[in-house]
Amino acid sequence: MIDAQNITKRYGDHTAIERVTFKADKGEVLAFLGPNGAGKTTTMRILTCFMPATEGQARVAGYDCFEQPLEVKRRIGYLPETPPVYQELTVAEYLTFTGRLKGMGRADLPRAMDRTIERLSLGDVRHRLIANLSRGYKQRVGLAQALLHDPPVLILDEPTVGLDPKQIIEIRELIKSLAGSHTVILSTHILLEATAVCQRVVIISGGRIAAVDTPERLSARLRQSEKISVTVKAPPSDLADRFRSLPGVLSVFEPTDSGAFLLECELGRDLRDDVARLIVTQGWGLLELKAVSMTLEDVFLRLTQHEEGMPDTGAVEAGSGQEASTA
Amino acid sequence: MTPVGAIVAKELRSYFVSPIVYVVGAVFLLIFGVLSYLAVVNAGAQAVRLMQIQGAAAQLNLNDLVFRPTFYSIAIILLLILPLLTMRLFAEERKLRTFELLMTSPIGINEMVVGKFLGAYAIFLGLLGLSGIVPVILSFYSSFDWNPVLTGYLGLALLGALFLATGVLASALTENQIVAAFLSFGLLILVWLLGGVGSVLGDTPLGNILSYLSFIEHYDRFVRGLVDTKDLVYYSSGMLLMLFLAHRVVESQRWK
Repeated sequence: MIDAQNITKRYGDHTAIERVTFKADKGEVLAFLGPNGAGKTTTMRILTCFMPATEGQARVAGYDCFEQPLEVKRRIGYLPETPPVYQELTVAEYLTFTGRLKGMGRADLPRAMDRTIERLSLGDVRHRLIANLSRGYKQRVGLAQALLHDPPVLILDEPTVGLDPKQIIEIRELIKSLAGSHTVILSTHILLEATAVCQRVVIISGGRIAAVDTPERLSARLRQSEKISVTVKAPPSDLADRFRSLPGVLSVFEPTDSGAFLLECELGRDLRDDVARLIVTQGWGLLELKAVSMTLEDVFLRLTQHEEGMPDTGAVEAGSGQEASTA
Repeated sequence: MTPVGAIVAKELRSYFVSPIVYVVGAVFLLIFGVLSYLAVVNAGAQAVRLMQIQGAAAQLNLNDLVFRPTFYSIAIILLLILPLLTMRLFAEERKLRTFELLMTSPIGINEMVVGKFLGAYAIFLGLLGLSGIVPVILSFYSSFDWNPVLTGYLGLALLGALFLATGVLASALTENQIVAAFLSFGLLILVWLLGGVGSVLGDTPLGNILSYLSFIEHYDRFVRGLVDTKDLVYYSSGMLLMLFLAHRVVESQRWK
């Protein structure tokens, strides 16, 4: 359904994206994951024919984005980063306008409007001016515009930004319900979102694709070791070496002097028991001990920081934070 | 409804929601009224003077004394107020990022440019129509030849189309509305002054070309009651050129 081959976009000397290649099949939900400025929006703008690629070829629903932009635009619903709403129109007027732009006639427009308003629970604000709506409502009006003509391809640039947690869940459910019948590409920098709604994740960093896979396989692929986080109250100066001498420990990482350690152990071995015994029998005071699982967040940070080996403190904190929130 | 129709309808809606149309309309009609009033008072004073000299009711030509000076002044007023109608057309879309919606909708840039132009033009024609109350009222109290008045209005309608098309181009060039308004003032005044430069150069090839390019000479013939194909061609080709350039500018923004 969507086929991008080596698309490159340069602004003068600056290269926004370089040789981005990926495919999305019919009915698939694909997430673009990457830090701000990675090239997610640029890629989407090329797919929606907002701007042409400097090199490479992008095809949507069998039509070339450069050669047949009108055919592509007819089959795409696009929600840009900033919801493209006119403040001076009411929700109903706005949807009527966008429906007509997309070539909908008097016959099918009213029904499509009712359906979309229902779907995004915009009924209460149907006749209110968009200028007076909250950020979350504006975002949903923008989304309504993209869904209105029921296009086979949806391209959503950060669709859940500005929504409250309940609305975020609703929108995710909506996107999940579109899977199968629609091809959806969404961009996000929230990892949970990518894992919650998408079948495949494209990690973009610095304008290049760092990885394309399912969320589960991505984290499995990068998990080469078990990790244990330990905090000791009164660590002796040679504690790191003592940990290292334990059988199965590959490396020890001491981010700060506060007595917190990160132990990297052989895959498939749980050394928590041994570590605890060592600390307790020596009387150093065990404050905290837990296994750190490699979350998609760690994968993401690793891939986007081009780092091999030990994750930095940021990754550790992010990993434990993730664990705390899911526990 | 065609996409052009949808854009025209949306532009009209946006105009009437914003204060711009009301302010521009009120100022235009007020100035039109005051100018006509001054011209009528002036004509009355001349009539009194003529009566004193000739001792009889003078035959005054209202077309010469009232309408012609009013039409000339109104052309200058249009130059000052029409850029305010067009400044938001593209600049606002780009500023508020709704431009992305238009550019990813299955419509051509032609339709966008024409739709926006027609929206502004409809507002302008409405204002022009309202100003028609002045000759209608005068026709109750005096007699004058309607033909030069109607051709004068035709001239205003064509002049306005050229001004608005220039404004559409200026609005496409920037995302700042004030810059867009100033840009169209600048362009219009420059073209206006070309006529002056042309008459300084006299009957040389360059002088003739510059005089031809200035819109005031073409407008002058309409005000005098002459409809010449040459002038119709001048205005319509000028308008199409401006809209074409606006199309190119909007198109080129995709490549930046």
